[in-house]
Amino acid sequence: MNLTLHVWRQKNAEAKGAFVTYDAKDISADMSFLEMLDVVNERLIAKGEAPIAFDHDCREGICGQCGTVINGRPHGPRERTTSCQLHMRSFADGDEITIEPWRASAFPVLRDLIVDRGAFDRIIAAGGFISAPTGGAPDANSIPVPKDNADLAMDAAACIGCGACVAACPNASAMLFTAAKVAHLGFMPQGQPERQSRVLAMVAQMDQEGFGSCTNHGECESVCPKGIKLSNIAQMNADYLRATLAQGRREAQAGESGAG
Amino acid sequence: MKLNSNIPSGPIEQQWEKHRFDMKLVNPANKRKYTVLVVGSGLAGGAAAATLAELGYNVHCFCFQDSPRRAHSIAAQGGINAAKNYCNDGDSVYRLFYDTVKGGDFRSRESNVYRLAEVSVNIIDQCAAQGVPFAREYGGLLDNRSFGGAQVSRTFYARGQTGQQLLLGAYQALERQIGRRRVTMHSRHEMLDLIVIDGRARGIVTRDLVSGKIESYFGDAVCLATGGYGNVFYLSTNAKGSNASAIWRAYKRGAAFANPCYTQIHPTCIPVSGDHQSKLTLMSESLRNDGRIWVPKTKGDPRSPNLIPDDERDYYLERKYPSFGNLAARDVTSRAAKQVCDEGRGVGPGGRGVYLDFRDAIGRLGKDAIREKYGNLFEMYERITDEDPYTVPMRIYPAIHYTMGGLWVDYNLQSTIPGLFVLGEANFSDHGANRLGASALMQGLADGYFILPYTVGNYLATVKPESPGSAHPEVRALEAAVSARLDRLLSINGKRTVSDFHRELGRLLWEDCGMARNEKGLKAALERIPALREEFWQNVKVLGDGAELNQSLEHAGRLADFLELGELMCLDALERRESCGGHFREEFQTEEGEARRDDANFCHVAAWEYRGEGKPPVRNTEALEFDNVHLATRSYK
Amino acid sequence: MPAKSGFWNSTIGRKIVMAVTGLILFGFVLAHLVGNLQLYLGPDAINAYGLFLRQVFHGAGLWIARAGLLVAVVLHIWAATSLTLASRAARPVAYRRWQPRESTYASRTMRWGGVIVLLFVIYHLLHFTLGTVHPSFVPGDVYHNMVAGFQVPWVSAFYIIAMLALGLHLRHGLWSMFQTLGVAHPRYERYAKAFAAVFAAVIVLGNISFPISVLAGWVR
Ligand SMILES: Cc1cc2nc3c(=O)[nH]c(=O)nc-3n(C[C@H](O)[C@H](O)[C@H](O)COP(=O)(O)OP(=O)(O)OC[C@H]3O[C@@H](n4cnc5c(N)ncnc54)[C@H](O)[C@@H]3O)c2cc1C
Ligand code: HEM
Ligand code: HEM
Ligand code: SF4
Ligand code: F3S
Ligand code: FES
Repeated sequence: MNLTLHVWRQKNAEAKGAFVTYDAKDISADMSFLEMLDVVNERLIAKGEAPIAFDHDCREGICGQCGTVINGRPHGPRERTTSCQLHMRSFADGDEITIEPWRASAFPVLRDLIVDRGAFDRIIAAGGFISAPTGGAPDANSIPVPKDNADLAMDAAACIGCGACVAACPNASAMLFTAAKVAHLGFMPQGQPERQSRVLAMVAQMDQEGFGSCTNHGECESVCPKGIKLSNIAQMNADYLRATLAQGRREAQAGESGAG
Repeated sequence: MKLNSNIPSGPIEQQWEKHRFDMKLVNPANKRKYTVLVVGSGLAGGAAAATLAELGYNVHCFCFQDSPRRAHSIAAQGGINAAKNYCNDGDSVYRLFYDTVKGGDFRSRESNVYRLAEVSVNIIDQCAAQGVPFAREYGGLLDNRSFGGAQVSRTFYARGQTGQQLLLGAYQALERQIGRRRVTMHSRHEMLDLIVIDGRARGIVTRDLVSGKIESYFGDAVCLATGGYGNVFYLSTNAKGSNASAIWRAYKRGAAFANPCYTQIHPTCIPVSGDHQSKLTLMSESLRNDGRIWVPKTKGDPRSPNLIPDDERDYYLERKYPSFGNLAARDVTSRAAKQVCDEGRGVGPGGRGVYLDFRDAIGRLGKDAIREKYGNLFEMYERITDEDPYTVPMRIYPAIHYTMGGLWVDYNLQSTIPGLFVLGEANFSDHGANRLGASALMQGLADGYFILPYTVGNYLATVKPESPGSAHPEVRALEAAVSARLDRLLSINGKRTVSDFHRELGRLLWEDCGMARNEKGLKAALERIPALREEFWQNVKVLGDGAELNQSLEHAGRLADFLELGELMCLDALERRESCGGHFREEFQTEEGEARRDDANFCHVAAWEYRGEGKPPVRNTEALEFDNVHLATRSYK
Repeated sequence: MPAKSGFWNSTIGRKIVMAVTGLILFGFVLAHLVGNLQLYLGPDAINAYGLFLRQVFHGAGLWIARAGLLVAVVLHIWAATSLTLASRAARPVAYRRWQPRESTYASRTMRWGGVIVLLFVIYHLLHFTLGTVHPSFVPGDVYHNMVAGFQVPWVSAFYIIAMLALGLHLRHGLWSMFQTLGVAHPRYERYAKAFAAVFAAVIVLGNISFPISVLAGWVR
């Protein structure tokens, strides 16, 4: 099939970008979206033009490195599918395809379709873990986890950190990503001791990175390639409220005992 | 070159215990004065970096992806082995050890394998404590399954995303240390050379993949955990960025490269659909627990699979290996598929595929049970091929999946360069000539969490913490050489793209150094690869410049190394005149077409030593001794 | 108190403020509707109700309620505005092509809807409480004020439009509130959405029934 692409080109973080139109001829329906871009790039190189830079690695929908906004939808038209797993049979001959990078001030564009998602790592570094230094762990079966909780934890843990939720959110909010980790660890008994400090620290970092606030649009859930549920956001909000109240109480007590 | 494996003395069960006691310790107060560089953030690197930082060392960690969480360990689906014997089915450390040595076709080092089996149990404990959401039974205890033909259920898993979940556990531990500033993370940094001064590894030269800056980092020890080199074949189940550059550079600085020809071909991948194909996708091996593999009995049968009656189907694995059937070992299964396709009985485009059929399992267990077990895999298959595996048999074909070869290391995971440690898939590993399913994750984490942190300490206790400094003449020279090489790639401005060369190298290796090898083919490849390399350096076209984010330049650099490594692989394959595990030499097979090992002449590790540009490398050997598991022919009949 | 400042600064904290104040405002609107429905019981009932409101706790009740409402409105608007500004800053470059799938007209118009409601409330106070913009305001005669007020067609039209805006605001706001306060369990998500839809409809239908009844001449 033959397609027309409108692709965002931007040389580096400082440069001003613009859309450039390319013809993509003789594309096979069996190609993945990224393979289509490979083909376009090979032809660009042959003509001596800089190839389109786009992020990717595993090309099997699990590393979370790929991701572009394709015709106004992060990761494109197919539900629960990353850009690398999207196949050209989702498009029709003659289609015009607009390809843009994730847009968020917390995800600055590095080049063309590549953005910097370091903010996600910093959110995890702030508290998205269970402090279990190597060596001290008890026998794995000494901590039973009810199967339902284990399943819910696994559902939330499936997040691949691709950032499509931020890209899709009209507020560029990172709530779904952050909530997925808070929920994953919050569903496990191992995660309880740090449950409150974790959510406070992660939310503080999330805000500091300059993501927007959630107004419950639900766009994030609909583009998430791993089907992370909106209910995780509700769960995180509840955890946050509880943690704030508990912290207030602790401080009040500390104040009293300090006075006495 | 002398290869000293440094295996501790004494009975195998006590070696690691004894060795841990014998190793020197670094005074806790001094630990922060030592800097350790960890290249790679996969299971091996991520676990090591986090653990070393927890111990108090000053750690720098590197990865080429935009986040350490994206290392290719993320893609492992099936599971991780551990000798927990939670199923009470007779598993034990000794049995896991035995299975791994046998599975590796007696080409691994017994002591290492024993230690691996021993610490396997700690891994599960560690990961569970970190919150890895392993599959559970209704009672809340961990669930196990049998995997890859093992006779016991010792595989722990997290849906079809075991690698992802284990990696996220290690990643979170790593991020915790990054947050506490114990680890400095360098994402989007690629190691391009190893700094060796006075015979010791002292640092690395990297390229910042965003700004293009060439930088040097110094450490008192350097640990490479950069994964496998399967991408030398262009099409593999590895990530697009997976590369051999780090270990290849180390090889050229003096680290021996062991068994480069041992590559594993995974039997259940989605077949190639056309020339545009950029990578191959694995379908978890667990599918073989319920799916039956077959091809039509008659050549070129044009009928759609569902119209072919049972007596005209050849369930060739069940026929040839009655006791293991569809669960025969990976190398055996892969070769059998190649054989039937070579006979012209393959299915799908190009005749390179066999059926993996769930009709009977669906009939027996119901569609829902199958969906429950494999739903996400079926979905993935459908997404890629546009065929519904519930109604039409899957088509599968073998693909390059894992590389058992890698840098040679001793019992301490130290290479032949003092201060250079190698872990995970990057080392020549504990899997011998063939890796069992669910054992790579185990090895990566064993190395990273429980072995390297001790053995690095043992080394550091013998050296003074100091940095050579960026003004050191050797460092300057190395940086200049790295820059010059990149400039050269950029200045060729030839006619062919990097991918074009890479595809050609891949095809060539797949033909001549793939599932089956022979002297003629290998010799031909040894002629053609240097010629291709020559052409590459004359005719490759890399646009742009070095001081920017330049993906073609990254790819070109990696390919340049693959073009050298490919040659060494063929050389190693040629010299190993026997068949063992993943290395099948057509000249060495039994009458029934099974692999024939030559224990009299090849019961050793081949460790290649670089002797300089244009000089042939030297093949050193480390003899392998089997005191515990007796050399026997592997049989899946 | 770092905890408090953390809460007030954080996006979730401010969202919670918005949800709690939104709940208070919703509670008021609902109660207000119930009170106003007495219009249909005739002048005496509703005038007595108005008197009761003004006299409860010796007149203090009304002021307490007014103060509470005012604080809620101010906090609600503050939170909405500051979060809106933060969200705008978070997406400095818009997409060229955009295809929303899940978000609704209601969810996308929360901000403008809120502003319309605010403008309405200002007008409404001048209209029925202060009487400044009322054609024949009679302090204490709620019945007369309403009937006379709604007999002006464009005023009724404005009320009806404003109520539709309020309806949209509540339609999304009420469900959003459950999410924000973390009471939305996946299993009850459907009920939360249904709750929001039903109550938004009750408020809209109830409130627009007044101008319509007056214009139609059912209440005079
Ligand atoms: C599709 C697939 C499925 C698999 N399934 C299983 C399974 O079910 N069970 C099992 O046991 N094993 C499985 N394996 C094998 C196993 O996943 C890998 O062997 C293992 O995860 C390798 O881990 P690693 O830490 O050594 O390397 P990787 O996870 O590959 O990490 C390599 C790291 O090195 C970095 N790096 C590489 N080169 C450079 C460089 N030049 N400069 C800087 N950084 C660099 C990368 O950024 C990355 O962080 C599977 C493998 C694949 C491909
Ligand atoms: C100036 C006037 C107002 C503005 C600008 C405004 C704005 C907003 C905004 C932006 C939200 C968040 C939407 C979301 O989370 O999706 C919101 C929520 C809400 N508003 Fe308003 N609003 C205003 C007046 C009102 C009034 C008068 C009421 C009551 C009748 C009200 C009730 C609510 C409720 C119940 C919510 C839900 C809280 C939540 O999201 O958790 N608002 N408002
Ligand atoms: C069509 C629907 C409505 C009618 C007929 C109506 C009618 C009235 C009347 C008659 C009064 C004066 C009562 C008195 O002075 O005793 C009043 C007061 C008021 N109304 Fe409404 N109202 C309507 C909708 C609303 C809505 C939707 C809101 C808020 C969003 C609102 C907010 C107020 C406020 C704040 C007052 C002042 C209360 C006080 O005295 O402090 N009204 N309303
Ligand atoms: S929540 Fe979904 S969309 Fe967001 S980062 Fe995770 S996987 Fe991607
Ligand atoms: S789309 Fe945005 S507004 Fe919330 S529900 Fe998702 S983060
Ligand atoms: S490239 Fe890894 S998820 Fe798409």
